[in-house]
Amino acid sequence: MSTSKAEQYRVDVLVCTCPACTKAGAPEMEQALKSEVGRRNLADEVRVVETGSRGFCSMGPIVIIQPEGILYCQVGAADVPEVVEETLVKGRVVERLTYKEPETHKAVPYYDQIPFYGKQMRVVLRNCGLINPMSIEEYVAVGGYQALAKALTVMTPEEVIAEVKKSGLRGRGGAGFPTGRKWGFARSAPGDVKYIVANGDEGDPGAFMDRSLMEGDPHAILEGMTIGAYAIGAHEGHIYVRDEYPLALRNLNAAIEQAREYGLLGQDILGSGFDFEIKITRGAGAFVCGEETALMASIEGRAGNPRPRPPFPAQSGLWGKPTNINNAKTWANIPLIIDRGADWFSQIGTETSKGTMIFSLVGKVNNTGLVEVPMGITLRELIFDIGGGIQDGKQFKAVQTGGPSGGCIPADLLDLPVDYEHLKDAGSIMGSGGMIVMDEGTCMVDVARYFLDFLKEESCGKCTPCREGIRQMLAILTRITEGEGEMADLAQLETLAHVVQDASLCGLGQTAPNPVLSTLRYFRDEYVAHIEDKKCPAGVCRALIEYTILEDACTGCGLCRRKCPQEAISGEKKKLHVIDQEKCIKCGVCFDVCKFDAVAVR
Amino acid sequence: MPKLKSLEDLQSLREQLQGDIKARAETATTIIVGMGTCGISAGAREVMHAILAELDARDIDAHVTTVGCIGMCSKEPLVDIQQGDEPRITYGNITPAMVPRIIEEHLIQGHVVDEWVVGRVTG
Repeated sequence: MSTSKAEQYRVDVLVCTCPACTKAGAPEMEQALKSEVGRRNLADEVRVVETGSRGFCSMGPIVIIQPEGILYCQVGAADVPEVVEETLVKGRVVERLTYKEPETHKAVPYYDQIPFYGKQMRVVLRNCGLINPMSIEEYVAVGGYQALAKALTVMTPEEVIAEVKKSGLRGRGGAGFPTGRKWGFARSAPGDVKYIVANGDEGDPGAFMDRSLMEGDPHAILEGMTIGAYAIGAHEGHIYVRDEYPLALRNLNAAIEQAREYGLLGQDILGSGFDFEIKITRGAGAFVCGEETALMASIEGRAGNPRPRPPFPAQSGLWGKPTNINNAKTWANIPLIIDRGADWFSQIGTETSKGTMIFSLVGKVNNTGLVEVPMGITLRELIFDIGGGIQDGKQFKAVQTGGPSGGCIPADLLDLPVDYEHLKDAGSIMGSGGMIVMDEGTCMVDVARYFLDFLKEESCGKCTPCREGIRQMLAILTRITEGEGEMADLAQLETLAHVVQDASLCGLGQTAPNPVLSTLRYFRDEYVAHIEDKKCPAGVCRALIEYTILEDACTGCGLCRRKCPQEAISGEKKKLHVIDQEKCIKCGVCFDVCKFDAVAVR
Repeated sequence: MPKLKSLEDLQSLREQLQGDIKARAETATTIIVGMGTCGISAGAREVMHAILAELDARDIDAHVTTVGCIGMCSKEPLVDIQQGDEPRITYGNITPAMVPRIIEEHLIQGHVVDEWVVGRVTG
């Protein structure tokens, strides 16, 4: 370790390097920033730091200037000279780059005043976007590995487990099993060789909670795992990450390497006599491998198929040894609980769901991104206060929680507190934290069809109810969206759904019917409209809609006629155009291109 | 690098490293230097460098930020010191040579250098 005094910088410019910001041009902007800082002789006082995501993904590339806490959105390389001149040299805010309140267009220069952050409670994500994830030194400087040191030096393994139990922490990956109890099972299981596993196989479409955490604060996961290994009596840990997360893999690998160099992994950690190593397994990207028994099979090098439980992993897991699996987010909660105490943790949240939950808030919401909120916050606060409401001023229709096998919750339940029990009662699940917001232009039958199509592909096929049941439900849903449905299909769907739910081996099959059951429960009218009226109320299902040109609004500009790929639109210049319904393939191009809102969809 | 062998090793490493992320940590003191065109032409950047060097030499935990012109251009360079809920003290016509005394008396001894004060802002 270096004994020289740490370099001191007046200003840290934090540049987000998450995939969303990278895609939006963060690397070029960062390069421009570094050369401009050099050119203006500011390199001794201003430092450019690469960080993980701060979660405000819709606004990237994000730049945060500390100590002021100024947040700039959508910063391009061309904006750099102005930022350097105005903010870094002269201390003035560049207003055009600040976040603007959507309604008032008022500039909000400081990130802690942006509503997106205001209602959040970033404790697990506290370091994401604040520290350089490739630097163990920065993690240590903000208090990292203090919890591990505390656990190893002043707590017995039993005391660690008792503290985690007392905190009320439940698994953040799906079923929400109490973490401390799970650890207790693994600790008391007979055997000398035990394993722990971090599940980073995030397979939900549109979800990026685990990825952002692994990218933005990898040491928190390593620290949590090491504490867990000490509590359980394991000396080897595995992190399972899908290979399509290259940045998460890079940062985790670097973190493991650095932790070894400092003696925070390996033999005799912090002089305690405790040994622990962590290995990374790259998954090929199968949704079913998020299921714990399939995940372990994949680590062992076998096909990722689930197996019946019992025996539970705590008795017989990896290579037949007692194993404790937790989600990456669950592990990242552990250092907080040990460091700040179970009492601090359990005062956050609701009676049955303690602490915070990280959601990836996506879909038709203004501020898409990664958010961390106390358990018990309402859906309304999440979607309207933090998420900034629905895009283009449209109406909220439903929110789907818990990934593809979660349920869709309607508008009249917007005041539902978000915790494990309330979501379950509403026919959905907490899952791993996916949250997809849907607006009035979303067809709920089509949504159910879409998720079942995903699950059909991802079912491993091992057990019949899941393999065949999903396929049959999908066939019925497809028929309904094509206008061929019958009322008897609805009862048939429900019957199939309950069979798949009850008779499937693993969580994938058991939860797969949720999108069907929840849409039938809350949006039955839409199913009936598809079947009886042969109409898709949201105007989505092609077989059931018709594009027409409105006589009053059409100016006869001819744009739709020229853009129509089927040459289905005819009309003379400056006169009403008409669509030939026989030729129309309902692609919607005319609707999209019309500047006069003269194309209607029914 | 030598391995950490104990809780004490980790804590001393943490103390060493904390200065490195000072700009991102909470501090009780913020020193604000007027860095408008007027401030810069009156030598505000040199004053700021003197402040940074002095803080570094004395190992004082404080944020140094810059602000634009506040209109009192004849008194530039202006240096403000804000500590907790105390009134914000503005010093005027500051030169690098005056910086050590301000740091010594205001930040270390806790006495405002009254003869150089040009303004106080409460709240």
